[in-house]
Amino acid sequence: MPLIETSDGPDWRRRTTKQEFMIWFGWLIGTAIVVYAFHLISEKTIWFFVQDAGTQAMDIGTRMVPPKISYMDKLWLPVWDTLNIATLGTVIALIIAVPVAFAAARNTTPHPIIRATALLVIVSSRSVNSLIWALMLVFIFGPGVLAGTIAIGLRSIGFCAKLLYEAIEEIDHTQVEAIEATGASRAQQILFGIVPQVLPTFAGVGVFRWDINIRESTILGLVGAGGIGLQLNGSINTLAWTQVSMILLVIFVTVLISEWVSAKVRHAII
Amino acid sequence: MLRLEGLRKQYRTGDLALKGVDLEVPDSQVMALIGPSGAGKSTLIRCVNRLVEPTDGKVYLGDLELTSLSRFALRKARRRMGMIFQEYALVERLTVMENVLSGRLGYVGFWRSWFRKFPKEDVREAYRLLDRVGLMDMADKRADELSGGQRQRVGICRALIQNPELLLVDEPTASLDPKTSRQIMRLINELCAERGLAAIINIHDVMLAQMFSQRIVGLELGAIVYDGPPDQLTPEVLTRIYGEEDWEATIGKDEDAEDEDETVPVAAQVLTGEAAS
Repeated sequence: MPLIETSDGPDWRRRTTKQEFMIWFGWLIGTAIVVYAFHLISEKTIWFFVQDAGTQAMDIGTRMVPPKISYMDKLWLPVWDTLNIATLGTVIALIIAVPVAFAAARNTTPHPIIRATALLVIVSSRSVNSLIWALMLVFIFGPGVLAGTIAIGLRSIGFCAKLLYEAIEEIDHTQVEAIEATGASRAQQILFGIVPQVLPTFAGVGVFRWDINIRESTILGLVGAGGIGLQLNGSINTLAWTQVSMILLVIFVTVLISEWVSAKVRHAII
Repeated sequence: MLRLEGLRKQYRTGDLALKGVDLEVPDSQVMALIGPSGAGKSTLIRCVNRLVEPTDGKVYLGDLELTSLSRFALRKARRRMGMIFQEYALVERLTVMENVLSGRLGYVGFWRSWFRKFPKEDVREAYRLLDRVGLMDMADKRADELSGGQRQRVGICRALIQNPELLLVDEPTASLDPKTSRQIMRLINELCAERGLAAIINIHDVMLAQMFSQRIVGLELGAIVYDGPPDQLTPEVLTRIYGEEDWEATIGKDEDAEDEDETVPVAAQVLTGEAAS
């Protein structure tokens, strides 16, 4: 009863007393959980190690400067590989994601069973991290760029297909209706009524995923799936901190450039 | 031309939108369908080209019965019926030309439409139509760059390039200003006369319906409650269609009221001009 009759006229409140109490109770439970969880974590932490965390970080930090510029000679090829893994992986993902998305969207799917299958593909692709895909694919294809590319591709199918099929489901249906009313076939309705409406999303998703994939492909080398991660792993294992900082710097610049490119492309499309 | 027999539509929600409508539209007659929101006007014209599947009843286009047609035969039948929509329903991100040519999709195969390889006659006809409605220069613009009135003209071209025998027109002026509304209605009327088309025009505006149609059908709660010439719309008839209201001003005299509406912006401009100086 947000409307309350008082002696000097009606009063209005946002919530009823019962709702106020429920919200207060919700906060109480939430706070209790946080306090309890903090207690658990604190018990399992060896605080002795944490005490000198600052000094340790400082130590590594000082060992990292200056970055070893000359190491760059050995980094050009891995960086190129990393970019290729990301780009090719994204292209592969998009090629597969488009039909999957149309099969998964409620308004374009040919049959509920096909829709369920498409959704299954999307979920299974999304539930496995690209590093884990890479780990498995290195066993299948052997170490190298191919395993990395396919790992990135498999991981991206779900992401791209999900965003695409949601866009397909949210289109303006009257535009499709208008095409349907001309006597166009189902395929033509998709071509003229739906594709133009989802094209900007398609491009946006593709560029966005490419941007993410550049970051993801920098770590694939950790499991031997090609790219700059291999050098990173090697440098950390040999405690070559100036090389590590050089690699981090290169990754940073690469990601910066990819963000700039994707922002430009997205702006141009939309 | 078009004959409806006992057309009934019940939506899955249980709403009975059409309660067995019988209606005949002869060749080259422009008929206005008026009625309150929810009376079933949109459902009626959508049942004709089966964008909405009728629950029961028959629809004859000439001698062809439409409700029993297979998907393929229905596609062929749809080519004979052009449709014009309330919010234009143009494909916003396609060009004006592509939108007009999309009216030919029923005649063109998939790969030709993929590569936009429409037959030369179609392209010529598209230009002729655009020229007829005064949008020759707009052919390569994207549909979302046009104003409301221009978009509706493109919608009209898209319907006409089908070379239809019947136009199904759903609230063509609902999102347009009074002046543009009249221009669009006049254009539809002229084009129907030029080509001898029959038309069913759903319209809210009783005044426009009277001005631009040869026959008025009033629909209320899914049933026809008036069918007659425009000049016999009396307050009693309008009360039967829409319910109790003061209808005297709506009939005939409304013209002056509309004109006053149009002069308002001019007055406002003068006022702001003075304020600025």
